[in-house]
Parts: sequence; structure tokens; C-alpha cells
Amino acid sequence: MSTQLSTPTDRQSAEALARSKGEPNWLVELRGEAAELAGTIGWPKPEKVRIERWNLTAVGSYEQPTAVKAISELPEIVRELVSEGTENLLVQRNSGSVWKQLSTGLANKGVIFTDLETACKEHGELVQKYLFQAIAKDEDKLTALNAALWNGGVFVYVPKNVEVELPLQAILYNDNSESTFAPHILIVADSHSRVTYVDCVVSEPGTAAAPFVHPSIVEVFVKPGAHVRFGSIHSMGETGVDMTIRRAIIENDGQMEWIIGDLNDGNTLSDTKSILKGQGSTSDAKVISVGKNAQQNSLTTQAVHFGKNSDSNMVTRAVMKDSASAIINGITKIEHGATKANGVQTEKVLMLSPKARGDANPILLIDEDDVTAGHAASVGQVNPEQVYYLMSRGISKQDAERLIIYGFLAPVVSEIPVEAVRGQLQRLLERKLEG
Amino acid sequence: MATHFVIDGLKAAIDGKEILKGINLEIKGGEIHAIMGPNGTGKSTLASALMGHPKYEVTEGSAQLNGEDLLEMEVDERARAGLFLAMQYPSEIPGVTNSDFLRSALNARREEGNEISLIKFIRQMEGKMKELEMNPEFAHRYLNEGFSGGEKKRNEILQMMLLDPKIVVLDEIDSGLDIDALRIVSNGVNAMRSEERGFLIITHYQRLLNYIKPDYVHVMMQGRIVKSGGPELAERLENEGYDWVKEELGIVDETVGQA
Repeated sequence: MSTQLSTPTDRQSAEALARSKGEPNWLVELRGEAAELAGTIGWPKPEKVRIERWNLTAVGSYEQPTAVKAISELPEIVRELVSEGTENLLVQRNSGSVWKQLSTGLANKGVIFTDLETACKEHGELVQKYLFQAIAKDEDKLTALNAALWNGGVFVYVPKNVEVELPLQAILYNDNSESTFAPHILIVADSHSRVTYVDCVVSEPGTAAAPFVHPSIVEVFVKPGAHVRFGSIHSMGETGVDMTIRRAIIENDGQMEWIIGDLNDGNTLSDTKSILKGQGSTSDAKVISVGKNAQQNSLTTQAVHFGKNSDSNMVTRAVMKDSASAIINGITKIEHGATKANGVQTEKVLMLSPKARGDANPILLIDEDDVTAGHAASVGQVNPEQVYYLMSRGISKQDAERLIIYGFLAPVVSEIPVEAVRGQLQRLLERKLEG
Repeated sequence: MATHFVIDGLKAAIDGKEILKGINLEIKGGEIHAIMGPNGTGKSTLASALMGHPKYEVTEGSAQLNGEDLLEMEVDERARAGLFLAMQYPSEIPGVTNSDFLRSALNARREEGNEISLIKFIRQMEGKMKELEMNPEFAHRYLNEGFSGGEKKRNEILQMMLLDPKIVVLDEIDSGLDIDALRIVSNGVNAMRSEERGFLIITHYQRLLNYIKPDYVHVMMQGRIVKSGGPELAERLENEGYDWVKEELGIVDETVGQA
């Protein structure tokens, strides 16, 4: 059985664990404070989904990671995700990093790509400047829990003017539901740099049959003129609860792209937010989700505009089977003074069963006159006219529906930046849609 | 086997309202039949009922293609049996490229493991697109999405050419076409004329029949074929309209199923 606690952690044990891992004092302190907060503040409250009814307490306990010597030692579910011939790969298993690799070319340019625990020790000053600065540890119980417990994780730093051509890839997997699996991903792209980061979060089916929670945080800092592409596929088993909060702070003329595939089999809270702080900053978020069985999904994208001429686009597409539900929130907020800002969002849900549920809530909050904004939302079933048309060309009903469903998801799938990950996403989609 | 298509006593209803009141028609391979008639007389219903549109309920009759009753089959089976309907309002399907769609349609006619090779498919598709003077980029556009009326019609003809059907029904293929597009579409149809294939052309303008010469012309009113003849019938309708037909048959209101 997993560890089940009403308060998932306390100050003493969080601090003791941090000290035993040799973490710097500032981090030990941060963890202690966060653990205390986690006991006093509430879970996030997304629209129309009561996550406190989910099993949120199975945070498990720390498992000492054992590094592998070669990629070939990693399990099949991890190996098939590895982009062929990559020199830039990081793997987290349960509570810690087990593999990391960065090409010497990038290392020589000053690029840092390592697990966040190591980064706190080796690049403490740099990490301290950014860790929990995009997302505060005291926002809610989830952020506090991550602050108290996070382990392994990813740290990416790209120095000024450095362009990373090939994607950096991380694979985070859980094959023991009794261990704490709480990554924190921190990406800092310095001025006029460019980087693509892609990760996959998976669990080994079968062995992770007991409940577990994946409280995860992603923070991205896009400095002036920098360009970050962030791709992420989550495909954990049905006993897992995925709660992932992602946030980017984008400075002048910075560009942020999010490409998210929420394909877990368990309940999922996914919240992806861009703060367009700088003038001319842009953000583009694309999210897809497929739900099955009685799975609940709360999928939120947000864009907050402070910068003049800032531009955001958000697209969420969800396919719900069986009695799965997706509550999709899109929030575009344009602050006073963000003149000439433009914010656009689209949320669409396709329901494949009469019991499936979808809800699209586009919200525009605009405190400035001189802006443009738009939204579109739809919730519906596969259009019988479209099925008829395809069938009239000899395509079977099943294949016709398949084409329509894949077509519905195509705007996001085709954007996945790494071929191995795109291929994997296709496989996962097929498994989930047809399984 | 030479194509032989027989519609016998076909009745069909929409929302419980009978629109087709017993259609009889025989089309042999090599023949072109035109069905003309004013709006609201059941012409498009005939096309949709033959193809199996879910909104139309066939209440009586049969439609035998080479001895098999299409009306007993699912929509996709009718298509694979050799029926093709060029639709008046083709659906738009976002996210599915024209070429992926066409390849799926071709492969649906082949055994699993015997799919058409990509190179062969592309060569065929590009060849036919050239004949129809279609911009090659249309292969990669999403199916009918953002196509103009004329582009959609050309795309219907492209599908017809690639799928090589036995019986082709063209439902108002000429509506929304300018003269150039009409010529291109008609050339496409004429190139497909063969002893193996029969055509049923539904139109309310004689204009199309200047480009595609029919062997037989039928007039539809009140959900029935009320008059049949040769190409001269179409010309007379073009010159004199439908009133003389109504007068001759004592029909006051030619429409059917209108509220």
C-alpha cells in the first residue's frame, strides 16, 4: 500500500529528507516552510471539477535512485521513447534521476541540462534566482506539496545568444507507486537564446497498480528575444492522479510555445499559463487530451497580457470516450496598459459516447480598450454528415470515425517537435482511442 | 459483366413524410440518363436515398446493381459495390487531408496487405488532378475545408475518376460552376464514359447537357418520373420551361413534401 496521510508531509520529515540528500540550506528551509504550508492551505479549485474527491494523498515516500550505466538498461517503455541517436537525454525514475547526458558541444557553449537536484548543488545561485519565482510555493496545497517534496526534476539553462538546434529530451517514469514521484522542471532561456525541450511522463502499467499522485510543476523563464518550445506528453496509468501546473514568464519579444498531450488514463489536472510580461512577447499553447472510462480531466490554458503588442493563441482539443469528462477552461486576461495586445483561444470537445461529458469555458477578461481578442468553443459528437460523406466513398464506418477523430486532433499532433515523440503520441492515441 | 442498374418502385420518406412515390428507372452500362425538374420535386432525394443518407428512409422498392440490391447495404458497401454520388454539398472534414482521404477510399476497396503503394497513388492522383486543372496543393489541403463551390465540385469529380465506379450519380454538379469550371468538370465526366459505366445526371438546367450529351432525359415532379424522352426533351424544357409538362399532365403544384 502507498503511504496515506491526511497531511501528505510535515516540516520535520521534509527537512530531514532534504538534509540527508545534502541539499543547500536555502532549499532545506524552503522545503520546511512549504511542508508546513501544505498542511494549512487548500487544493486548487478548478471550475466544475472537485479534485479534493480524487485520491490525492498517495504521495508515497522517497526512493533512493540508482543510476543506470547505459540506455539499454532502461525498461522498454522508456527506450521506445528515446529519440534515436540523441545526446541530450535525461531520465527520472520514481524519486530521482537515473540517466543524464548532454553533448559536449552544448556543454562547451555553457548549456546546462541536468536534474534539478544536482543543479541546486552545482548551480545553486542560478537556480535559487528562478526556483518558485514563476509559481509561488504558497499558491495552494499543490504548489506547497511540490515545493516540499519535489525530487529529480529537470534544469535547463541556455546562455545568451546560444541556439540549441536539437531538442533536449527528458523521460520521467514511475514503476513503483509507493515512491514519491514529484518532478519539478525549470527552464531558463537567457536573452536571444533558443531551445526546444520535450518530455514524456509515463508509468509502467501493471506494477503501478496502486494509487499514486504526480504533483508536478513546470516553470519557464523566457528572457528578452528568447524562444522556447516546450513539448510534453503525459501517459500514466489509471491509478495515477496527474496534477501538473505549468507557467512561463515571457519578457520583451520572447516567444513561448506549449505543446501538451494529456493522455493519462487517470484523473488529470493540467494548467498551462503564459504570463506575457514583455512588449512584443508571444505565446502559443496547444493541448490535446483523450479521456476514457470514468476519467476526469480539468484542462486549463491561460494567457495574461501585461506587455504592449503581446500576442497569445491557445487551442485545446479533447476527445472523450465512455463516461470520461473534460472541463476545458481558457482564460485570456489583458491587463490595463497592454495596448495592441491580441489574445485568441479555441476549445473543442468531441464526445464519442452518450455518457461522455465535455464543457468548454472560454473566458476573456479585458482591462484595456485598445486590444483584439477572440474565442471559439464547441462541444459535440462526431458529425453524422461527415461520417456519411466518407462512407459514401467506400470507407467503413469505423475508419470514417477514426479519420474524423484524428483530423480533430491533427492541429496539435502535427506540431510535436520531436519525431520520436510524435510517433509515440500517435501510438498512444491509437491505443487510447481504439483500446 | 456489363453494368445493369434497375430502380424498381422506390419510395422514400424524410421525417415520416413521403418524398419519392415510386421511382422506376433502368440504366445500362454506356448510357447517360438525365433527370430534370424544378426545385422541390424530389430529384436530390433520389440521389440521397440511393446512396443511403441517414435522414432518408426507404419505405419500398429496390435498386439492383448487377443483381445486388444496394438498398440492403450499408453506405460504404454501396460505394464498394460500384455506386458513386457526386454530392451537391460535400462535407468539409478538418484535419483530414484530401490525399489521406483519397488513399483511404482506394484502400477500402482492396484487401488488407494489398494497399496501393504510395508512389502509385500519388502518380494517379496527380495525373487526374492535372486533367481537372486542379492546383496540386489541393492534395494537401484538408478535405473540402475552405474550398470554393467550384473547387468542391472538381474535387467530387476527382474522387469519381480515382474510384472508377460502375454507376455515377451527379447531383446538381453544375450548380455554382462558371463556364470554365463547367467545361473542365464535363470533360472529366466525358472522359469516364464507357460501356462499363452508367450515369445519372441530376440537374435543373439544360446548360450542363450541352457539355454532357444524355441518351435519355426524364422529368421529375411530385416525387415521380412523369415524362421520359431523348435529348430533344431537354432542349424543349430549356426553351419552354416546365409549364407545358404540367399542363399536359394536369399538375398544378409540381413539388412534393413541402410544408
